[in-house]
Parts: sequence; C-alpha cells; structure tokens
Amino acid sequence: MDFLIFQAPMLMVQATMDGLVIGIIFALVAYGMALQWGVMNIINIAQGELVIMGGYIAYFLYVAGIHPAYGVLLSPIIMFFVGVGIYKLVINKVVDRDLFISILATFGISILAQQLMNFAFGADVVVADSGFGTLMMFDNSVVLPMSKLFSASVCIISAIILVAYMKRSKLGRAIRATAQNARAAKILGVDTEKVYAATFGINAALCGIAGACVAMTFTLHPYTGLPYTIRSFMIVIIAGLGNLPAVAISGMGLGVFEEWSDYLLGTEFRIAAVFSLLVIILVWRRFKLARKREYLK
Amino acid sequence: MNKNTLLYAGLIIFGLAGAFIFPAYKLQLSFLYILIVLAMTWDVQGGQMGYNTFGNILFFGIGMYICSSVQIGMFFDLGEWTDAGGEKTFVHTTPQFFQGLVAGLVMAAIIPTLIAGIIGYGILGLRGHYFAICTLALGIAAGEIAGGIEIIGAGQGMTVPVWPKDFGSNELSSEFFYYLSFGLAVVTFAVLRWAYSTRFGLVLNAIRDNEDKAESMGINTMRYKIIGWMVSAFFVGLAGGIMGHINGYIEPTEIAFAGPTFGVFMVLMAILGGKGTLWGPLVGAVIFHLFKEGFWTYFLGWQYVALGVLIVVIVVYFPEGLMGWLREKYPERFGEVIDEADRKAQVELK
Repeated sequence: MDFLIFQAPMLMVQATMDGLVIGIIFALVAYGMALQWGVMNIINIAQGELVIMGGYIAYFLYVAGIHPAYGVLLSPIIMFFVGVGIYKLVINKVVDRDLFISILATFGISILAQQLMNFAFGADVVVADSGFGTLMMFDNSVVLPMSKLFSASVCIISAIILVAYMKRSKLGRAIRATAQNARAAKILGVDTEKVYAATFGINAALCGIAGACVAMTFTLHPYTGLPYTIRSFMIVIIAGLGNLPAVAISGMGLGVFEEWSDYLLGTEFRIAAVFSLLVIILVWRRFKLARKREYLK
Repeated sequence: MNKNTLLYAGLIIFGLAGAFIFPAYKLQLSFLYILIVLAMTWDVQGGQMGYNTFGNILFFGIGMYICSSVQIGMFFDLGEWTDAGGEKTFVHTTPQFFQGLVAGLVMAAIIPTLIAGIIGYGILGLRGHYFAICTLALGIAAGEIAGGIEIIGAGQGMTVPVWPKDFGSNELSSEFFYYLSFGLAVVTFAVLRWAYSTRFGLVLNAIRDNEDKAESMGINTMRYKIIGWMVSAFFVGLAGGIMGHINGYIEPTEIAFAGPTFGVFMVLMAILGGKGTLWGPLVGAVIFHLFKEGFWTYFLGWQYVALGVLIVVIVVYFPEGLMGWLREKYPERFGEVIDEADRKAQVELK
C-alpha cells in the first residue's frame, strides 16, 4: 500500500480505464432503478439479484456452447417476464404504500432470490468466458479486455435505445406521464397498472443486459447482488432521477473510485469502500441541506 | 392493574424456572431473550420514532467483538490469540474469566453507545428511505471492514474465551448465560416501559407523527433521536456481547454483522408483533422464534427460502402486526372507547 501510486503509475491508468468501463455497466443498472423509483416510487433492494439472475442466463448460454454475447439479447427478454412476474406477485401490492414496506418486501425477494439461485446454480463463482481477447496499450502495461469494451458499448447502445423508446413510443409517453402524476394519468385513460408492470419489466430487462455484461467481464455468485443495489442507489442519489447523462457520469465516477480503492486499500476493502462512500455521501448531503433547513426527500 | 401484575409475575417466574423446566431448550430460550432485546430496541427507532433502521446490527457486531476482545486482551495478546485459532493454547482462569467478562460487557455497552451518539448526529438527520438505505450500507460496511482487520481474526473470525472448567461444567455455563440474557431482556423491557411512559416516549411519538411540527413546537428533535439511538445501542451492544458467548465463535458477516439474518430478524419480529407497541416486539419475537426453529428443523436447507417468503408475506399482507390486528378487533382492551351513538350519528351524516 506504500505509495503504490508513485511506484506503479501505470496501475492507476489501468484502474481508471477499468473503472470507466465497469462504471457504464453500473450506470445502466442505476438507470433502471431511477426509472422505477421515479415512476412507481419504489426502491428495489432485489435490483442486484436481478442483475445476477440475468448474468446466469448468459452463463448458461456459455455452458450450452453458445457465445455468451448472445446473452445480451436473450437475458433482457427472459428478465422482462421475470420482472413482470415479480410485479404481479408482490410489487403491485406495495406500490402505493409506505416506501419502507417496499424496501422490506424487496429485501425479502432478494433473500429468496439469492437462495433459489444458490440451489439452482450452485455456490461456485462462475464466469462466462467470451474469448474476445485483450487490447494492449502503452507498451503492454495497460491491459483492457475486449469483453469489457464490448460490454460498455452494449450498455451505451441499450441506454440510447431506451431513451429513444421512452421519447417516441406510446408506452414511453404513458410511463413518463405516470411518473409526472399518476392520478392525472389515470384520469386521462392511462392504465397505470399496466404502466407499472411494464416499468418493472423494463427495469428487470435492463438488469438482464447489465447482468449478461457482468457475466462476461466479472464473476457471478448468488450472494453478490446487494453491492449492485447499493451502487445503483448511490448513483441515483448523486445524479438525481431521470437525468441520464448525470447517471452515466456518476456511474463512471463510481467505477473509477471503486477500482482505485481496490488498488490503494486492497481488494478486501473494495465492497466496504463502496458502502462507506454511500454513507459519507448521504451524510455530507444531509449537512449541506441542513444549512438551508431542508432534508433529503 | 392486578391482571398485569399477575402477567409480569408469571413471565418472570417462567423465565427464572425456564432453565430447569426445559433443560434441553436452555440454549434456544437464551437465544429467544436476545431476539426479544433486539426486537424491542429496534422498535424504539422503527416503531416509536418512525425511523426504520437496518443499522442496529452494527452495534450488535461491535458489542460482540468488543466484549471478547476486551476479555482476551486483558490477560493475553489479542493477535496471538487469533493466530492460535481453534487451538485453545490460552485458557482463562476462573477469576480472569469473570473479571474479563464484566469489563468486556461494560465496554460492549459503552462503546456502541458512544458510536451511536457520534454517527447518530450525522445519520439521524436523514429521513425515510434515505435513512433506511444508509443504515443498511453502514451495517454491511462494518461487516466488510471487520472482515479485513487482522487482529480480530479477519474473515475467519475469532473464538471467544472458553468457560473455565474448574469453576463448573458446561451445563453451568449455559445456565449462566441463560440468566444473563434473561436478565438483559427483563431490564430492557423495564427500561423501555418506563421510558415510553415519560415525556421521552411522547417526544419519540411526536417525531414519528410529524417531525417538522415537533421541531416547531420547540423540541430539540435531534437530541431525542440521538438519545433514543444510544439507548438502543446500549442494549444491543450488551446483547451482542452475550450472544458472542452463547455462540462461542465470532465471524464477521454471518454472525456479528449479520445483516441478512439478525439485521432483518429484528425488523421482522417487531413488524410481526406490531410495531409501535410495547408488547408487540416481544410477542413477535416469540412467534418468530418458533417459526424460525420450525424452519431450521423441518426445512433444513430451505430455511432461507422460507424466510424470504415469510418476509414478503408478513410485509405485504400483515404490516399492522399481531397487536395492530388485536387492537382493531378488541379496541376496548387497549383503552379505546367507541361511542356507539356517536358512531351511528356520524354514519347517518354521511
């Protein structure tokens, strides 16, 4: 740890590059969370589990001998229906209730999903090898796997598609209307129940895409979902709801922070650094707002 | 009043005699008392104050580590102890064990209380879901950090001092910790019962109902929130210290800072029994413990699946809890008088 930054400056370049790329994946998950938070006023603790679930779909393609990159096409489709199913079973009963009820209910779903995945896929750490090769830079001192670049571009493309869809399509307009004022939208003939189901489904599909990318670039394990939830929550509170460029930037910032803390503090403190950062950001914002006699709403 | 006295006397007699009536369930019962303490102290925030915390597990873990570390560190080198791992090369003599235990429990109560006071100033300024997520992150971060500190055994955890054999058998040890946890539960109940009957309890309720209004009435809400959290931390820290001994082994993420188990259990127990009531968390803890033991015995392997389903079912279909349901059914029993004529008049008006 002793001034690694001076001994190996290239490691920091490496960390920054890695961070920027994985930050884009985090940003996609965070965008899903911002969507459902804005539209349904729900904080989904099971968000990370949806990511891991999506990752396992890509992994099983890989096991079946199909290239895991097709996972980014298949897993959003499956995850959309998983999301709608979860909505129909649980979420629609907690949508208009206290936020804490939804947090706790999704916490329950998260524990349930972890265990079911543990039974279904085993407790081993798995990775879907994409076989894309690596890109060497700066005299081979910085290594960038092509799978990471591929994942980042997939995430950017799907975010752009989603934004266009939300702007142009009828459902997108209904979702945005519901986000602005659910009651008015209902009066004007929007089937809000359907909009909520679709929103949750789209969120799950985004998690599916991100999960397929995670499967190719990182590792998958049934119990590693919660950090993704916390990361996306953090990105959303930094960026605000519905501000996509800010989500992308803060996602990349978080990715860089995480990789740097990984190098400087050691891998065992990586998750701790993420969670502590959330606490610090929230407390810092609370003190800033307290000066104006306000609080985080 | 007479009925209540009988009830209290019955419960205390049950607690005192429990170790001899159900000798095989001593461990389970001491576990139950710890769960009662956790549920009741969670309810100070979640039920009475309206601040839904996932972070009380932080004090549980800290209390657990502090108690054992002090007890070991007073007589041996802590680093060498954890290096030795499972091999019990260091053995406490009887006076050493009890001196260490007392000092450890005192520290396990004081340090979490201080920590609650310090971080409470920052964190209790958050409200609603921000507070919930922040405390969730806090608990997990603490577990991850504890898993990286070498001197307390890092990820492998540490063993707690062994019960001195020359003082008594293992049977005596489980009886000792049974009464320790029972005493803690009784003291917690008594203190909270008294606290809720004072102005302090009223202020907590005022904060829950409308914090801005309470503040504009001239109440220093932050001070009361911090004191409330410190009270919780005090008892949770003690519970952690005792739990370490009941368990015999401390592990950072599964036992000490066990967010997905104890951290959720305490919320669930309070909600199951009815949050915001004195008896609710206690009743909830008893029912939950029965449920949990049933799951752990009959659905071994599937217990967390059952737990997840239970959480969803309770939260979605039963958010008022048992006491809330009883209150709706028998309002007279809770001192709520329904004036039948007045009710009819109101119905006719509509």
